[in-house]
Amino acid sequence: MFDTSNAKKLVEVRDLKMHFPIRSGLLRRVTGAVKAVDGVSFDIFEGETLGLVGESGCGKSTCGRAVLRLYEPTGGSIKLDGEEIAHAPFDKLRRLRPKMQMVFQDPQASLNPRMTVAGIIGEPLSEHSDMTAQARLDRIYELMDAVGLNRDFANRYPHEFSGGQRQRIGIARALALNPKFIVCDEPIAALDVSIQAQVVNLLEDLQGKLGLTYLFISHDLSMVRHIADRVAVMYLGKVAELAPRDGLYDEPLHPYTQALLSAVPEPDPTLHDEANRIILQGDVPSPANPPEGCNFCTRCPKVMDICRRIDPEFREVKPGRFVACHLYAEDTNQTAANAAEPIGA
Amino acid sequence: MTDNADRPNQPLQTAGATPAGAAPVMEFESYRAPRNQWWDVWDQFKTHKGALFGLGFFVFAILFVTIGPLVWTIDPQQPFAGPRNADPSWAHPMGTDQLGRDTMARMMAGGQISIAVGMVAMLLALFLGTLIGVVAGYFKKLDGPLMRLTDLFLAMPLLPLLLVIIMLFRDQLRAAFGPEGGIFILIVIVIGATSWMQTARVVRGDVLAIKEREFVLAARSIGTPSHRMITRHLLPNVMSPIMVSATLGIANAIITESALSFLGLGFPSDFPTWGKLLFDATDFLQQHPERVIWPGMMISLTVLAVNYIGDGLRDALDPRIRGR
Repeated sequence: MFDTSNAKKLVEVRDLKMHFPIRSGLLRRVTGAVKAVDGVSFDIFEGETLGLVGESGCGKSTCGRAVLRLYEPTGGSIKLDGEEIAHAPFDKLRRLRPKMQMVFQDPQASLNPRMTVAGIIGEPLSEHSDMTAQARLDRIYELMDAVGLNRDFANRYPHEFSGGQRQRIGIARALALNPKFIVCDEPIAALDVSIQAQVVNLLEDLQGKLGLTYLFISHDLSMVRHIADRVAVMYLGKVAELAPRDGLYDEPLHPYTQALLSAVPEPDPTLHDEANRIILQGDVPSPANPPEGCNFCTRCPKVMDICRRIDPEFREVKPGRFVACHLYAEDTNQTAANAAEPIGA
Repeated sequence: MTDNADRPNQPLQTAGATPAGAAPVMEFESYRAPRNQWWDVWDQFKTHKGALFGLGFFVFAILFVTIGPLVWTIDPQQPFAGPRNADPSWAHPMGTDQLGRDTMARMMAGGQISIAVGMVAMLLALFLGTLIGVVAGYFKKLDGPLMRLTDLFLAMPLLPLLLVIIMLFRDQLRAAFGPEGGIFILIVIVIGATSWMQTARVVRGDVLAIKEREFVLAARSIGTPSHRMITRHLLPNVMSPIMVSATLGIANAIITESALSFLGLGFPSDFPTWGKLLFDATDFLQQHPERVIWPGMMISLTVLAVNYIGDGLRDALDPRIRGR
């Protein structure tokens, strides 16, 4: 298990907001915003893997992309190694790019079909270093060895490979510049199960060898349990719970995490029948019009009065465990009373 | 892979010579250094029979109009170089026209102009269309203005526009570049500037789609600046529609040039081009059909050849089709 007590913070995300404008009417005026990521804060320590889980459309991928500033964030701050990314000008950002890289979900779509493997892996090298052609080729071969690709494949085009091999090409490209931090945006979602294991093991090996830090975005809870040191659970653009892996899987605190974990299929038929599943009612509200108060209040089985009025604060309830839920407020009643006052008055 | 067999054997290297970190499996395997992609393109192009015939004919046409006049030295402008309205004979293989000018010499001289106008006007239209299409598709702010400009050009009536342009600029250009040179520049610019709109629209549409693909996002995460994003990722992927526009563009330019010559807006009336020869010969269609056939055949065959070359090149440039 990863020890967070004396580790250095590599990535600090504070109150990150990513809103996409909704335009409507004849003049295409902004009439609202899809709050894909709405005030997310977390730290990633050097050398760890932070898993980011949640259902489809909860803003996981947007969050990962905004952290690398592939989108222009609406608000908040992102620091990599103490340097601000969220508002960096283009030149400074380009200088920071080699430190942070990304592995994409769809290996077919993330490789340019008109470039050879050598061209794809070599692109970051030619962008950020002034290597000679021979030195670059040597580095490309080194990277292909590192991800387990035959060197003979250097001349080939992405369409000639299987999904797992394509994902390896994507990983080699991400590794080319010796990054510290890699965002893995569902790198295994498009692969079949046996290949998933290969790719995840490759990612783990590389982390061990190169001391990489991952933000591992996935909806596959068992895979996240396998690879992550700490896990953040997102719901409707907000982090519901952030906790060390074992703590989260053994004793989920947030009602949404509890529901999410109980939805994992149970292979044993006897246990499956006996399992006391929490079935959530209704649908996820639209991120363009989230409910007042807690985002989860429309579906929460343990909903209280206060949840419909006040957005719960994201706070540390036990060492290392952060939850945004009124159930764990130190003095729920008092907070409720305080909050009720201005509304009543 | 099927295309491995016909690749030239590069010096084989073994993994022993490579930096540390090579997997032990590699030790007995060899690998080839990346070879120039244009060899793959040529290998694929060779398999397209139509494209090879097209290329052969196009080379023949170029040689006919460039080397031809050096061999067949009769002056195309010289009247009464032979009897008037002669049928094809050894002295005049394509016959003579109503002024006794040698038709073969006129075909050669006219071909130079027609092919040059076609190529240059096509390149100009292609350049403008690709530039405007890529810029409009890639930079969201410029999309509206540039596409409305394209609509404006599409909506403009072509012939009155050409009349006005030629009336305004013919004399200045003639004074600056001589009668033929001035008209050549004018015609090329006029044709190029009025036929880029289709290319621009098609390219913009493709760029809009490709821009949202993940590999563009991946390039952005590497920090690739916009101009290299366009040249490295967008342009190679919009090659197919550009190729199609190019091949259609040559045909269009040759035919537009003939139409302009016919209307008296192009080259001087005694100056031969294929289109001009064709239109002059229509008066004698009954008596001397071969005079229509020569330029007509050359125009159609050149256009067909260029279309086939474009088709073969488009296939050869797409790595997904290559090797099949």
